[in-house]
Amino acid sequence: MDTLILSRIQFGANISFHILFPTITIALGWVLLFFKLRFNATGEQKWMDAYMFWVKIFALSFAMGVVSGITMSFQFGTNWPGFMETVGNVAGPLLAYEVLTAFFLEAVFLGIMLFGASRVKPWVHTLATFLVAFGTTMSAFWILVLNSWMHTPQGYELRDGIVYATDWWAIVFNPSMPYRLVHMLLASGLTVAFLVAGISALRLLWGDRAESVKTTLRFGIITGAALIPLQILAGDFHGLNTLEHQPAKVAAMEGNWETGPNVPLLLFAVPDEEARENSFEIGIPSGASVILKHTPEGVVPGLNDFVAEDGTALHPPVAPVFYSFRIMVGTGMAMLVLSWGGLYLLRRYGAGAMPTLPLVGFAAMSFSGWIATLAGWYTTEIGRQPWLVQGVLSTKDAVSDVPAGMVLGTLLGYLAVYAALTIAYIAVITYLARKASRGEPLSSRRYPRSGEAEVAVIPGE
Amino acid sequence: MEMFGDPAIWLPWTFAALMGLSILIYVILDGFDLGVGLLMPLAQEDEKDRLVASIGPFWDANETWLVLAIGLLLVAFPPAHGLILTALYLPVFLMLIGLILRGVSFEFRAKAPAAQKPRWNAAFFAGSLLASMSQGFMLGMYIMGLTWTVAHVAFALLTAVFLTVGYSFIGAAWLIAKTDGALQARAVGWARGGIWGLILGIGAISLATPFVSPRIFDKWFSLPEFLYLSPMPLLSLGLVAYLWWQIRHLPHADDRRAWGPFVAAMALFALAFAGMAYSFYPYVVPEQITIYEAAAAPESLFIILIGTLFVLPAILGYTALSYYIFRGKATELRYD
Repeated sequence: MDTLILSRIQFGANISFHILFPTITIALGWVLLFFKLRFNATGEQKWMDAYMFWVKIFALSFAMGVVSGITMSFQFGTNWPGFMETVGNVAGPLLAYEVLTAFFLEAVFLGIMLFGASRVKPWVHTLATFLVAFGTTMSAFWILVLNSWMHTPQGYELRDGIVYATDWWAIVFNPSMPYRLVHMLLASGLTVAFLVAGISALRLLWGDRAESVKTTLRFGIITGAALIPLQILAGDFHGLNTLEHQPAKVAAMEGNWETGPNVPLLLFAVPDEEARENSFEIGIPSGASVILKHTPEGVVPGLNDFVAEDGTALHPPVAPVFYSFRIMVGTGMAMLVLSWGGLYLLRRYGAGAMPTLPLVGFAAMSFSGWIATLAGWYTTEIGRQPWLVQGVLSTKDAVSDVPAGMVLGTLLGYLAVYAALTIAYIAVITYLARKASRGEPLSSRRYPRSGEAEVAVIPGE
Repeated sequence: MEMFGDPAIWLPWTFAALMGLSILIYVILDGFDLGVGLLMPLAQEDEKDRLVASIGPFWDANETWLVLAIGLLLVAFPPAHGLILTALYLPVFLMLIGLILRGVSFEFRAKAPAAQKPRWNAAFFAGSLLASMSQGFMLGMYIMGLTWTVAHVAFALLTAVFLTVGYSFIGAAWLIAKTDGALQARAVGWARGGIWGLILGIGAISLATPFVSPRIFDKWFSLPEFLYLSPMPLLSLGLVAYLWWQIRHLPHADDRRAWGPFVAAMALFALAFAGMAYSFYPYVVPEQITIYEAAAAPESLFIILIGTLFVLPAILGYTALSYYIFRGKATELRYD
């Protein structure tokens, strides 16, 4: 394998590992704020118990996100120097604004959020929680602006092969940005909804009958059930946007080789890029035409339109895009069925008396958001190949000339560390859940509510 | 003043200054929390939680300065960024692994089953060591012009050890300020052990740098520059003497001057850094690319600068607020 493919695998590995944790913290920050506000409003202990449990998982996820994010910022230079040299005039300010407006905000107020409750007034602590949630969302905004610009670049001009920004409004609000941002934020919401529901289900299965667990199970199911239809809708709009700007990606997602009407929606197939056809197709007749063009006669672009005169493919590799798209949609459908089924069971039995089987289902789906998010990112990022910045910079032109052996060696190092940490992360979350279900206190601290007199609860403070 | 007339001149200069400032803040702030990590194996079991508690609320924001510094290099001097980081590919990798291990150990050691705590403490130390050593190594390689020869690597290994000991010194100085009782007394002992590294490190770098290129030599040792610059090494010597004297006499009964060593160490780091900045200016890649050649387009830099002017004071403000909120001696680590 050469430096290019190894660097791609390395960047893919780093960003895949990284995205797992922001996906959780973006939405979990707002969920914690919600728990905190409910506690402030009602004074019910269950909300504070829920906060205390989930803030630990937030802190752990946040640390994982921070350290893997630092890796990302260095990888631009170590592996992809051509990226900044060519499009640095656009990417630079966007990344700088992410650091300045988001990273510092979340990092500083995280300290106050995690350790400061006994040192500041309750409203300051609530404000710190809000600022952390706001910071993570700002961070997502800037990075998705940059990522969207790489898919649908505009507002720039080329001078001697270097990109110069001409219209910042056009750069920030590039055509795919709103769709991608909404899609990602909803993905984060769903990831957290299913994580919260799943871990709560696990605790119920382990015999935990705490009020807070029933509440968080209810919260997770209702949030998941509310967000998944929105996500399907947002995904559909995003797909139509992609069809307009990156038709080759959509052709690969659909596994469609020839442009034409009445294109089926393939539920399963094995794309063969050598023979340029699919085997073992199972599909719904005209389904893809209906989804993409809203009529059976709708003409859907085919991959054969994106082949150079000499036969080199100008479209992305078909199989990875095709499969990961199906994994994403399949996971989404499972989420739809489970959350809406869960909604019915909540009405029928209540959170405390939920039958075992659906609880096992929720527990098994705890990390389903990760699978859907990763599959979605593989779809869109591999779908952009062979471009790094669509139509501007190809991936092979940005890679560094570091020896392949060095990239391979470091790649194996990263993979070993990431595998170990992912296992440790999941193990610690289940350990915390187990500990909580045994009724062992995670913290003895009692919280004053806004307006109540502050009582020093730690001696010596 | 023509300097402020041409944006192609003053913008790269401003960004080089901002980047230098971020690196300096990073080295001091993450220096003390990496240093505390390095001291972990020396602490007794029951003191380890307090060590971590003294840096718990700060480390994440401290590390963000590294992201800002590398971000400014990335956005303001793209060709230099690629050149430096590909030349330092391996030490960067080791540093990142170190920072990853360290950052997650903070959380894992507090949340994993108690039986695994020693393992995460070990990872916390190993991560701190790996990060400090690779940063020192990169500093040495940078001074030597980023070329991999045996002599340069040997020098870089030397700076790796010195920076690591230097970090442990500033970590000990932080603990003197943030702890009390037996732990504080032990921290004074650690500072006594670490000060030689600080002195030798700054000495080695100060002596080696002028001999890397005749250009740097002339910048320091020609008249009248030599006279103008003489307060810098003299001040450094004064600070070293003050530190030496302080750590022989601390801790005082009423905890007075507990912040002395930390503040003096900060000043020393700042002076050493200023000396290096003076040596290498105007180069961003030593003797190869100047900041003016490597600078990104002025219009893009201007966009960032406007944001920076508004945001940086806010960042400094709420960072100060955080240090104010967590003022006083570090107590038990509480996730609440």
